[in-house]
Amino acid sequence: MSKPHGGTLVNRMLTGKKKDRLLEEAEEMKSLQLNSELRKDAFNISTGVYSPLEGFMVQEDFDNVLEHSRLSSDIAWTLPIVIDIPEKDEYSVGEEVILKDENGESFGLMEVEDIYGFDKEEMAEKIYGTDDIEHPGVKKTMQMNDYLIGGEIYQLKENTTPFEKYHLKPMETRILFKEKGWRTIVGFQTRNVPHLGHEYVQKTALTFVDGIFINPIIGKKKKGDYLDEVILDAYDTLMDNYYLKDRAVMSILEAEMRYAGPKEAIFHAIMRKNFGCTHFIVGRDHAGVGDYYGPYAAQDIFDKFPDIGITPVFFKSFTYCEKCSGAVDGFICPHDDEHRENFSGTKMRKMFKEGKTPPARMMRPEVAKNVAEKEHKFVE
Amino acid sequence: MSSKKYTTVSIPKPLAKKIKKRMEGTGFNSISSYVTYVLRQVISSIEEEEKEKESFSEEDEEKVKERLRALGYLD
Repeated sequence: MSKPHGGTLVNRMLTGKKKDRLLEEAEEMKSLQLNSELRKDAFNISTGVYSPLEGFMVQEDFDNVLEHSRLSSDIAWTLPIVIDIPEKDEYSVGEEVILKDENGESFGLMEVEDIYGFDKEEMAEKIYGTDDIEHPGVKKTMQMNDYLIGGEIYQLKENTTPFEKYHLKPMETRILFKEKGWRTIVGFQTRNVPHLGHEYVQKTALTFVDGIFINPIIGKKKKGDYLDEVILDAYDTLMDNYYLKDRAVMSILEAEMRYAGPKEAIFHAIMRKNFGCTHFIVGRDHAGVGDYYGPYAAQDIFDKFPDIGITPVFFKSFTYCEKCSGAVDGFICPHDDEHRENFSGTKMRKMFKEGKTPPARMMRPEVAKNVAEKEHKFVE
Repeated sequence: MSSKKYTTVSIPKPLAKKIKKRMEGTGFNSISSYVTYVLRQVISSIEEEEKEKESFSEEDEEKVKERLRALGYLD
């Protein structure tokens, strides 16, 4: 199993008397309200998904990440994890601030270490490689408040999710993998209902390791995307029917998709390393959007991080070949394009919207049936 | 924006020459960037071999196993 990124699994969940005292005093203390995406970041810091981060970034780390894709400690890290605030003087360095969620519930504590201004255009350009406002990450960056507040945090309450059954923290997956006797584990990131192309990639990787960790990203989605519960149910069906129980595990990851392409691929790999994965599958245009990144830029970037501590497993694009009667890529199939059909997620979504089901050469019938039977399938 | 802090390390000239030759066609633009890359790789593999200090107690582990059983992840 991989060691946590930076060597130690971070645990900032506060327990005992200090937690009780802080929750009692919370209403009297200065507070900072976080939106649901930042709330997830806080939880991921506290539970070690973002190890070695122990809080939101101070300026030294923020600058290093933008400039060198590393924390100030030289540990590889590609995306800023920050909280933006509108006024610099509202909080002071050295004070303790209660973190509240969107409903005004206290859930955490920050020890304020730094409050600093930043250049939004520079941040967007360095993270997303473009200043095009049409890019969702650039757009979001340009809408941020003018200051960032950083410092170590503590979690005072467990996060709640409607998908509790699938919600494992890194400490839990590490113990689970150990109990299963897995030494090598490949992580698979997804935000889609599985088709046969996905299964081909997963099982090809699984041939070389002890277990697969299927880790769907749950959270804010675009209109027309599959609902989270549809994705989870579809995977459950696939795993029940086509995977060995002892070799596959699924658990969710509550995090925001940033569409930062290559830099996000590194970030995704680091998170899976913290869950205990030794390998991580990186496909074509991983975490990309539009045509901002080259099709394999998210694979090439791994060359710059010899010390990342998790092995990327690269896949090219794959198609169904009628002559081979299965999923193939250009390295294993000699047949012409006329015999091949793309695993098009867009096409399959369209079929479901029209009340049809994708054919068995594209999606397992059990999975297709499971999705088709859902009254609500997509984000509206 | 503050730039990263660097320090100077001395290496024998013949080694620097060898590195320069090896760098040809690799995409590295300086001996420093090449040496940084190699050192990060070496240090990371040494760290990987060091035994991990468990960040959770036996009691935590038992509680987690109980939850994993209740959720159906463990028999």
